[in-house]
Amino acid sequence: MANLIQNEMMKLLARKRLLVIGIIIAVLVLLFTYAQYKQVEEQREKLGTTDWRAALQQQIIDIQNRLGSSRMSDDWREQLQITLKQQQYYLDHNINPTEPGAPSFMRMFVENSSDLFIPLLVMIIASDLVSSEHSLGSIKLLLTRPVKRWKILLSKYITLLLAISMIIAMVGLLSYILSGIVFGYKGMNAPIITGFTISEGNLDTSEVRLVEQWKFLLMDFGLVCFVAVVVGTLAFMLSVLIRSTAAGMGVMLAALISGAILSNMVSSWESAKYLFMVNLKLTNYLNGVAPPIEGMTLFSSLSVLLFWWAAALVVSFVIFTKEDVY
Amino acid sequence: MSRVTLSVSDLRKTIKRKEIIKGLNFELREGEVFGFLGPNGAGKTTTIRMLVGLIKPTSGSIRICGYDVKSDFTKAMKYMGCIVENPELYPFLSGYENLLHFARMLPGANEGRIQDVINLVGLQARIDDKVKTYSLGMRQRLGIAQALLNKPKVLILDEPTNGLDPAGIREMRQFIRALAEKEGLSVLVSSHLLSEIQLLCDRVAIISKGEIIQVDTVHNLLNTQEKIIWKLEPLEKGKRILRGLTEVTETEDGYLITPFQERDAGRWNQELTKQGVLVMEMNRKLPALEELFLELTGGGGGGIG
Repeated sequence: MANLIQNEMMKLLARKRLLVIGIIIAVLVLLFTYAQYKQVEEQREKLGTTDWRAALQQQIIDIQNRLGSSRMSDDWREQLQITLKQQQYYLDHNINPTEPGAPSFMRMFVENSSDLFIPLLVMIIASDLVSSEHSLGSIKLLLTRPVKRWKILLSKYITLLLAISMIIAMVGLLSYILSGIVFGYKGMNAPIITGFTISEGNLDTSEVRLVEQWKFLLMDFGLVCFVAVVVGTLAFMLSVLIRSTAAGMGVMLAALISGAILSNMVSSWESAKYLFMVNLKLTNYLNGVAPPIEGMTLFSSLSVLLFWWAAALVVSFVIFTKEDVY
Repeated sequence: MSRVTLSVSDLRKTIKRKEIIKGLNFELREGEVFGFLGPNGAGKTTTIRMLVGLIKPTSGSIRICGYDVKSDFTKAMKYMGCIVENPELYPFLSGYENLLHFARMLPGANEGRIQDVINLVGLQARIDDKVKTYSLGMRQRLGIAQALLNKPKVLILDEPTNGLDPAGIREMRQFIRALAEKEGLSVLVSSHLLSEIQLLCDRVAIISKGEIIQVDTVHNLLNTQEKIIWKLEPLEKGKRILRGLTEVTETEDGYLITPFQERDAGRWNQELTKQGVLVMEMNRKLPALEELFLELTGGGGGGIG
C-alpha cells in the first residue's frame, strides 16, 4: 500500500499541481492583504483616528441608517439587525472584532475561502486523479498489475487526503506569514466571541462565550478541513464516473457556484438544506451568521455533509472495481 | 508437447444484449508466438482486454498459468505482461520513473530488474528523459520493458507494430521472436496484417465477428492459401499449358492465378519456357485478408472489413 501511495505522490508532484496551488494561494493572500490594508487606511482617514471603538461605532451607525430606509426585504433587514446586535455586544464588552494582525487575517481568509476557494483548489487535484488515467490511457497498465482494483483506488484516495491537508496547511501558513509582514504577528491570544445561535430570526446570546483566537482558529480549520474532504470526495467520485476531466470539473464547479447562489435565495425552499452545496459555510455557525435556511444547525450541516461523503465514497469504490475499461 | 500457459474456454461477452464475443476457445504453449488475426472490429481488442482483466467476461474462463483471471486475479497477473493498444505511459515522468512506478506494483521487481529490462530494450541513453520527448518507437520499447518487469510467462501485445516505421517493425519482430525462443515466453500478438502474422507467428487464430474461424499453424494456413500470379506471353498458349498442370483462374487485366506449391512452381515455369511461352512475371502472393476470409467462410461472408 505504501508503494502505491508513493506512486500516486510521485505523479502528483511531477505534474507540479501543488506548486501551482501554492502560487494561487500566495497571490490571493497578497491581494487580500493589500485590500485589508487599504480598508484600514481608509477608515483611519475617515475617522481621523485608528481607534477601533470609533470605527465600530461608525459601523453601527451605518447599519442603523440602512435599517432606517424603507426599501429593504424582510430577510435582509433581519440579517442586518442580527449583525447590529452582535456589534453592539462587541462594543459593550470591549472586544475588538477585527483585532488587526496576522491571526485575524488568517481567520478572515480561511472563513471566506471555506465555501468556494478551498473547494476549488481541492478540485484541481481531485478532479483528474482517476479521469486523467483514463484520458492518458495509463489506466490499462495500472489495472493489469497484480494489485486489486480497490487497493489502487484507495491509494489514490489517501493521496487526495494528503494533498488536501497540504493545501489547507499552505492556506494557513501563507496567509499567516504573508499578512504578518504588513499587520504584524500579534493577536494569537486575543479573545474572540462565539456561541451566537440564531433561532427564529432572533440572536440567542445565552451561550455566548469568549475563546482565545488560536482556539477559534483550530475550530475554523477543523471545519474547513471537513468541508474540503467532502468536496474532494465528491470531485473524486465524479472523476471515477466521468472519464473526461473537464466535464467532471465543470459539473463540480457548477454545483459549487450554484451553492453560493442558492444560499442567497433558498430561504423559503426548505428541502434545499439537504443539498451539500448550501452546507459548505460551516464557519458561519461559529460566528453566529444566520444560515441560508431556517432551522439549519452546525449538527444538521455536518450530518448532511457526512451523508454525501459516505455516498460518494461507496459509489466510487463500487463503480471503479466493477466497471469494464475500454 | 510443451506446457500450456494461457487457456481460454468458451469465452463470451455480451454488451447491451449484443453478443460481441461468441464462445472463443484457444490455448497458448510455452515458447510460441501466437497470432490473433482479424479485421478491425472483429473483437480482437475486446478479447485481449478480457484476457488482461480490464473487461469482465459475460461467461467462460481464462486461465494464466493455471490461475483464473476472475477468481485469482492477482496471481494470474503475476505471470502476465501486456501492452494494450499503444503503450500509454506517463509523459510527465521520465522513462526510469515510469518503470519504477510499475515495478512498485509488482512483487519482487527490484532496481536490478529495472536495469535489466532497460538493457534488454536498449534504452540506457535516454532513460532519464521525460517520456514526452520520446519517439513512438522508444515509447514502444519502454512499453515492452514495462511489460517484462515481472518476468512474465505470457506476454500479450495488441498491435505491437502499429505506427512503427519499417525498421522499427523489423526490430520489434526480431525482439519478439527472441523472447519466445530464448526466454520461453508465450507471446500473443494481435494484428490485422496477414504479412506481419506470417513473419512473426508460429500459430494463428483467425477471428471474425467475434468467432474463431480457424486455428492452425501459419505454415499450413498459408500453404493452402498462397497463390502465384503469372503474366505470360502469349497468354492463350500459356493458359492452355498451365491448365494441363494445375488449376488456373484468369483476371480481367490478363494475369493468371494458380495455387502456390513450392515443389511444382519451378517445374511449371520450366514447362512454359520449353514450349516457347515467355514468363514476363511470376509472383508469389499472399491473399488479402478479405480474400482469405471469403475462402475460409466459404465465400459467403460478404461485408467483412
